[in-house]
Amino acid sequence: MRHDHLITSKHLTREDVEAVLDRAAEIDADPDAVAGKHEGTILGLLFFEPSTRTKMSFETAMKRLGGDVVDMGSVESSSVKKGETLADTVRVIEGYADAIVVRHPSQGSAKMASEFVDVPLINAGDGAGHHPTQTLLDLYTIRENAGLDDLSIGIMGDLKYGRTVHSLAYALSNFDAHQHFVSPESLQLPREVVYDLHQEGASVREHESLEEVLDSLDVLYVTRIQRERFPDENEYQRIAGEYQIDLETLEGASDDLTVMHPLPRVDEIAPEIDDTDHAAYFEQAHNGVPVRMALLDRLLEGGVSR
Amino acid sequence: MSDNHDDDHDHELRVSKIRNGTVIDHVRGGQALNVLAILGIDGSQDEEVSVGINVPSDRLARKDIVKVEGRELSQEEVDVLSLIAPDATINIVRDYEVASKHRVERPEEVEGVLTCPNATCITTENEPVTSRFDVLEDGVRCSYCETIVRDEIADLIDSS
Ligand SMILES: [Zn+2]
Repeated sequence: MRHDHLITSKHLTREDVEAVLDRAAEIDADPDAVAGKHEGTILGLLFFEPSTRTKMSFETAMKRLGGDVVDMGSVESSSVKKGETLADTVRVIEGYADAIVVRHPSQGSAKMASEFVDVPLINAGDGAGHHPTQTLLDLYTIRENAGLDDLSIGIMGDLKYGRTVHSLAYALSNFDAHQHFVSPESLQLPREVVYDLHQEGASVREHESLEEVLDSLDVLYVTRIQRERFPDENEYQRIAGEYQIDLETLEGASDDLTVMHPLPRVDEIAPEIDDTDHAAYFEQAHNGVPVRMALLDRLLEGGVSR
Repeated sequence: MSDNHDDDHDHELRVSKIRNGTVIDHVRGGQALNVLAILGIDGSQDEEVSVGINVPSDRLARKDIVKVEGRELSQEEVDVLSLIAPDATINIVRDYEVASKHRVERPEEVEGVLTCPNATCITTENEPVTSRFDVLEDGVRCSYCETIVRDEIADLIDSS
């Protein structure tokens, strides 16, 4: 990474990705080797919208590296409630912490925040924008299960609003991956993302039905279709139902198919799949810690001197 | 450029000559009012302005032309003009003579002149940040939220 920030997966090169994943694999294999390595380091957690898991995953990663976290707490109890800007908040926390993690509902928020601080800043989700650390742990999981080259991946569900999907698609364009996007027409990938992927020369196809591609897939990445996107409950039920998978759906799939999901799931993946070799979503969630450890280690090592 | 003096010449006479100021020629047909919006001209001040809309042209099938008396455009204004009038020529007139004449050039980015149309973009909130757009071949793109705008650029002009 050219900068000490991680704002978007779009600017990650193949080398960047591989360096983080290789490091994560080393840490995964021998966590003791880095225990205490960043003793005394403080990570600032600024979550302007709730995300218990992502926050806990960063917290665990920092603590396993020997550091600690400071947390601004919920938005309701913070100065944000009093109308403080994000730009002011990060400038204050910069005085306390060696690196900052930001989750904020507005697109472009992490990028803007990074322009106000000299410590490394990590985007943990900016509205419908980007979620690059999720992407890194997704890539780690894909690499472990199916490899990142000569990969055929289906990405299914709400592709329109799903920032994890956009981030993943950008990062995959660095690899020899055939990306199949499966969604109802109303939740297709934003045209801007498609535009970018084409610019990158990525192999991208769009489908309305999983059946069209299922048998060719190495990985099926499922995301949640959110109820609140639909004004009409019946319409939601009809559409969501078509993008749920169970054992019957997977009958036409390769035995080696890896099923992933950024979690939390509601009913997109039937629990009966959990016990099969297809299920990789809990492993995927666990991978968040070594991947974030690797990332923090890298950003802190290359971090600007203070 | 010679085309001003042949085919376009007659039509230009339809709008009066100016003494000192700027002639913005070869504006894409129908964009003249947007050019005025960029320049902040709405008739409420006492600027003297002549406008030709959809006049025949050699280079463009139809063109608009805007003449502003008593005002020379800044580079920043020209940069934004280039987004909606990429073929425009800017003629600076002093004492009825064209003192300089040049084509607009599209900048790589424009700062602080357009408002992002994305309501969930951080630049539309109360943050101390100036809007910034990268200029694409066929539009502009918010440097923060990455929204692309192609046809409605004039609607984004920050009039505040
Ligand atoms: Zn924007």
